[in-house]
Amino acid sequence: MSSIDPRQELADRLGLAEVPPARFENVAEVIERLRQNDYLSDEAIASVTFLADRLAKPVLVEGPAGTGKTALAKAVADAVGARLIRLQCYEGLDESKALYEWNYRKQLLRIQAGRSESSAEDWSALEEDIFAEEFLLTRPLLEAISATEPVVLLIDEIDRVELETEALLLEILSEYQVSIPELGTVKAKQIPMVFLTSNNTRELSEALKRRCLYLYVGYPDVERERDIIISRVPGISTALAEQIARVVRSLRNLDLKKAPSVSETLDWARTLVLLGREEIGEADAVATLHILLKYQADLEKATKELVGRGKALA
Amino acid sequence: MRNLLGEFIVELRAAGLPVSMSEHVDAARALTAIDISDRDMVKACLAATLVKNGDHMPVFSTAFDVYFSNRHASGADLGEMNEESSNADETKGDDPNATGMRGSGRSRGMGGGGGSSMSAEELAEMLFKAMQSNDLNSMRSGAREAVDRYAGMEPGRPVGGTYYLYRTLRNLDLDTLMDRLIAAGTKADADGLEERLVKDEAKAKVEALKAAIEAEIRERLVDDRGAEALGKSVRKPLPEDIDVMHANRDEMAQLERALKPLSRKLATRLARRRRKRRRGPIDLRSTVRRSLSTGGVPIDLRFKPPHPAKPEIVVIADISGSVASFARFTLHMVHAISSQFSKVRSFVFVDGLDEVTHLFEESDDPAEAVARINSEADVIAFDGHSDYGRALLVFHEKYASTINKRTAVLILGDARNNYHQAHAEVLADLKFRARNVYWLNPEPTSYWNSGDSVIREYAPYCDKVVECRSLRQLEAFVGDLA
Ligand SMILES: Nc1ncnc2c1ncn2[C@@H]1O[C@H](COP(=O)(O)OP(=O)(O)OP(=O)(O)O)[C@@H](O)[C@H]1O
Ligand SMILES: [Mg+2]
Repeated sequence: MSSIDPRQELADRLGLAEVPPARFENVAEVIERLRQNDYLSDEAIASVTFLADRLAKPVLVEGPAGTGKTALAKAVADAVGARLIRLQCYEGLDESKALYEWNYRKQLLRIQAGRSESSAEDWSALEEDIFAEEFLLTRPLLEAISATEPVVLLIDEIDRVELETEALLLEILSEYQVSIPELGTVKAKQIPMVFLTSNNTRELSEALKRRCLYLYVGYPDVERERDIIISRVPGISTALAEQIARVVRSLRNLDLKKAPSVSETLDWARTLVLLGREEIGEADAVATLHILLKYQADLEKATKELVGRGKALA
Repeated sequence: MRNLLGEFIVELRAAGLPVSMSEHVDAARALTAIDISDRDMVKACLAATLVKNGDHMPVFSTAFDVYFSNRHASGADLGEMNEESSNADETKGDDPNATGMRGSGRSRGMGGGGGSSMSAEELAEMLFKAMQSNDLNSMRSGAREAVDRYAGMEPGRPVGGTYYLYRTLRNLDLDTLMDRLIAAGTKADADGLEERLVKDEAKAKVEALKAAIEAEIRERLVDDRGAEALGKSVRKPLPEDIDVMHANRDEMAQLERALKPLSRKLATRLARRRRKRRRGPIDLRSTVRRSLSTGGVPIDLRFKPPHPAKPEIVVIADISGSVASFARFTLHMVHAISSQFSKVRSFVFVDGLDEVTHLFEESDDPAEAVARINSEADVIAFDGHSDYGRALLVFHEKYASTINKRTAVLILGDARNNYHQAHAEVLADLKFRARNVYWLNPEPTSYWNSGDSVIREYAPYCDKVVECRSLRQLEAFVGDLA
């Protein structure tokens, strides 16, 4: 059976002079190089990152808030020495902010200038003129496609745009190109790695999901969270980091309104270091739990469950 | 030669995962780009190409373990995954042990029980040590040993994995094991917090052991019966497809977990839709006025405000035993999207009727309000058996005057009236006053009107009577309401 190299295929389609070399040898290397950039991955995260490179496919990263989805794209960019280009999504994002926009002020000026010169100027010549690259404002997606140096494209929080707006992305995600009606098709000059993140506040379209590899990033296990704390919080002891990770694990099992995220774990860890704690006693926990938990009901539940044991707290 | 990928995808679809044609092709192509003797890589590859929803991962994972059990899915089978070449080479052997995937390639039978060299005490000791030191490999061998010893698996016997699991766990005495782990992990000066952490840790380890045992049993069953037969017996429905009326405890827990995100997503979707609709027709006058600043070119379009009419909702829910969960889920969901309605009032009944709207107004978390219904709503007037006729009478007497042409009335229940009078004429009058009357029935249509179900007496006065057995159906209905 002949094996197809998706990278080769894509390079051919894009008309690249050569197939860019693979970025990672194997999954272990992904784990190691992300770790060197202070990102602690696991088997699943590293495997999908590895596959994204080998298959030249975008990755859709989904999961609860603050579990390191955005950080993953940043760390990958650092690890492969690429420039990170980020498109932050929001409700109302449109083509002119995501892809490109014609610089109509400049175009108007050009038209005005043309008028005063000669009124007989041929409209079609003028049209050709004002729809040239010179009048184009590139936005993140087009920028990532036109870049000649290696880039990682991060399309952050895609679930915030309207379902219909997703259509803007489809061509890039499957063809690595952008069609501009007045100008033609701009093809990628390299094969960018593409990450999309979603907090899962709505269902994404099938069309978008079909074009992506899928990665679900949930909360890390105790060991990984401990290592994340150690790598992100300077001056923390392993023992304290471990205890923090264990408390957070217990909290996440409590069926709270909002479970603590990794960012909140890190905030908590920094606070405890500032307070000069070497370990967490019950009193410390009660006094600082509000950094981890945002709802009063959650705070009460956690206090009762974790340190309550039926006795009243001073 | 088998088309293993094809069979696997058939199984995923049977379990409710929406795998498209193009995803099938993608997976096949992806497999040609990786080292298919690496089982973990194959799993990651198939997960990333075939599953596009985090909630579906457990279903995928179980199916993968069944279809790609360590010794069965050989590299040769995987090599034949690509359909174009599936009939190319018939001479390759089909010996499952020939090019087995990396992993435990040992061969073993169903395990006759008692053939093990360890005593019960030795096994318990080994498990304890493995779990205490987080030694996953030893824990897995311990799990194998335990299944050998206690499961009593017999080839060809048509019992499910849960039966063997139960037998193994019963003999293992996990409570003692857990106590030992807790005792060993607790330092003398530990405070309450530390004690709790140790306990949670021990619990997590015991759960991991159970999962290892379950996986071991599954693998042996695959040996015995083949993946296809086993797939069917271990297949679990997705949370949104679970039959609410017949959910077991585990499924009920899954339903509870799925409800909140599902309602939240529905709310987001509806809010967006309404916001978009809010844009009315173009306001020409204002647009032209605006265009003056851009040299008469209407760059900035102005819109007239539209007039969205939000409906009022009145929910009347039977919360007696059999249909209680269904009522809770529906109330939760309706209130989660209450901003889509101009007003939501909720009533619950068994043989008496009580309003619970205030519970939802007092909390921004519908789950909390729903939890309070049981203890705070006054719904028993006589014997505590559902009486739809009485409930309707009471409702009509007190609240009929609040129903008007903007109101959609939503009745929840199986219409099992315990042979009381139906009083359908009351519903007729409500229908006359209201904009719509809908009835959601959590029973399968084939049960309607059997025994004491009197849904046919009410149906003529409903705009729609809808069978609603799963969260998926419920979400579709509630979404259409807004
Ligand atoms: N695996 C990890 N290794 C190192 N740091 C991590 C890891 N996961 C999360 N973090 C840290 O946690 C914080 C939150 O991560 P990030 O902002 O990437 O989360 P997110 O999933 O994108 O969240 P949101 O959905 O809210 O955007 C960051 O400061 C990041 O450094
Ligand atoms: Mg983010």
